[in-house]
Amino acid sequence: MNGMSSMGLSRRFLRVWRRNATVYQRIWKVSFIPPLLEPLFYLLAFGVGLSALVGSVFYRDLEVSYVNFIAPALIAISIMYNAFFENTYASFVRMYYQKTFDGMMATPLFLEEIITGEIVWGATKSVIATAIMMGVISFFGLIHYPHGLLIVPLAFLGGIAFGSIGMFFTAIVPSIEMFNLPIFLFVTPMFLFSGTFFPIENLPSWAQKLAILLPLAHLVKLTRSLSFGVIGTNLLWNVAYLAIFCLVFFPLALFKMHQRLIK
Amino acid sequence: MTRRLSSLRLRRPATAKQNQPMIKAIPPTGVMVFRLKNPAVRVFLKGNGFLMEYVIEAENLRKKFGDLVAVDGISFRVVPGECFGMLGPNGAGKTSTIRMIYGFSPMTSGHLKVFGLDIPRDLRDIKSRIGVCQQENTLDPDLTVQQNLEVFARYFDIPKSEARKKSQELLQFIALDQRKNARVNELSGGMMRRLILARALINDPELLILDEPTTGLDPQSRHQVWERLDELRSKGLTILLTTHNMDEASRLCDRLFIMDHGHILVQGTPLDLIREHVGHDVIEVAGPNNELRTYVQSRGLEHEDLGHRLIVYGQEGDVLFRTLSTQYCREGCILRMATLEDVFLKLTGRELRE
Repeated sequence: MNGMSSMGLSRRFLRVWRRNATVYQRIWKVSFIPPLLEPLFYLLAFGVGLSALVGSVFYRDLEVSYVNFIAPALIAISIMYNAFFENTYASFVRMYYQKTFDGMMATPLFLEEIITGEIVWGATKSVIATAIMMGVISFFGLIHYPHGLLIVPLAFLGGIAFGSIGMFFTAIVPSIEMFNLPIFLFVTPMFLFSGTFFPIENLPSWAQKLAILLPLAHLVKLTRSLSFGVIGTNLLWNVAYLAIFCLVFFPLALFKMHQRLIK
Repeated sequence: MTRRLSSLRLRRPATAKQNQPMIKAIPPTGVMVFRLKNPAVRVFLKGNGFLMEYVIEAENLRKKFGDLVAVDGISFRVVPGECFGMLGPNGAGKTSTIRMIYGFSPMTSGHLKVFGLDIPRDLRDIKSRIGVCQQENTLDPDLTVQQNLEVFARYFDIPKSEARKKSQELLQFIALDQRKNARVNELSGGMMRRLILARALINDPELLILDEPTTGLDPQSRHQVWERLDELRSKGLTILLTTHNMDEASRLCDRLFIMDHGHILVQGTPLDLIREHVGHDVIEVAGPNNELRTYVQSRGLEHEDLGHRLIVYGQEGDVLFRTLSTQYCREGCILRMATLEDVFLKLTGRELRE
């Protein structure tokens, strides 16, 4: 990055964040519904429907009910979806169709602040969705407190990770249809194979090694451990993985966006 | 420039009324511009009595996109309080130049100063003091009319109460205060343009940059925008404007340049450019015959032959027109004032640009 962009990041990114928050306030009643209903649908389908077949699951010496097993994973998936979709489709629309970033560039804001504001907003949506879902799931007594409260800051970290890689894809896709590719190759496999609906240990050993590379696998392990109230230093490795993922993809997203838009 | 004012011979601005005093009290925040006999030399005084720098000073400005040279070493200066026009066909390099000035795109080489500050070093400061109406509609469709102004004010660090007050003022200025809660998509093209203009004024800019402010508007909306711009100009706001519309340029611009293929072709006041490159009047002949062509050539008159149309530029006006219309073309022959459009077409050619 050149000199212009290195000075381009200040806390002014919060102005961009607030722009998105202002829009969200207009439509919050609609925005609240998915995180409220989605866990209910999943818990009903998997918890009531599928647990009759599955019974209970052995997870690291613990025998837990299937509903208990998947509830924390649903939170992790929602963290991923909220940030990833906000910083892919929604950011792309603002960038490409609405020219919102162009308008902002004619103000004291620099591109780096615009992109940072977008990514932090994506992470904020993850946190909002997490808080709502935790409320619903806690109602069924599926989260162990106070450890479970750590899921909220974790949602922010996960949101930054998935938002950054989403923004990276936004910077490189030629058109909005092309998001199908990262979704098909990256998001959907993660949704299925990150220890979400069955333990990673059930996979063949080569697949386990691949699954360890997926950021969602680490996020699921963290939300699950915190929900069960099982906390150990080994979880720091998972946090470290997500932090490194952010440290790689956040600057990369800024760099690729700079390449795309500053000509 | 350091000479005392009294030793300079001052000329009244063309727009000033005769009974106005030559030098009024200088408003504390405003800028007075004095036009001297030589129109290229001007004195600008800020309220505090200090001489002020050029608003824009571009020297040898270049912009390359890969192999394509969009702006090829242009130099120009904009002084406080003037409306400066940038004219040129599509792809001439106008928007590229403007984008360098408001820091959207970095220049390839050259020097560029705005308010005497350096680009890119002082870019943030510069960006906070200019207002930009981009060519494309960059209004926020997710927000209402009023929110568009208030959210934009935040980007400039304008406190909320002040932003509300300012946006009310601006909505009245552009006659949209009745529609402040409407969504942007519900507005007509003209309303959107006015809102973009209002948004560019939210930070009380010292320089207003307008990239084709009236393209695609109906005549009513266009005149609305012009009136607003006239009003801003009379308050002493410096304006940089690009346009294809020659009426617009003649009407609004104190000075302008015409550029093509990244170069500045000519620079000056609209009237001077017309006099210098076209003359006083133009005679247009539809369906000219060969006798007329021979006559025009034999007299060495400056003309352009478009086949089905012959255009004769000149100073003689009536006399020549009478000769031509009585002897060579009884019908389809008109005499009109020379316009900026004649200059533009003469210098940039008549071929289509894509």
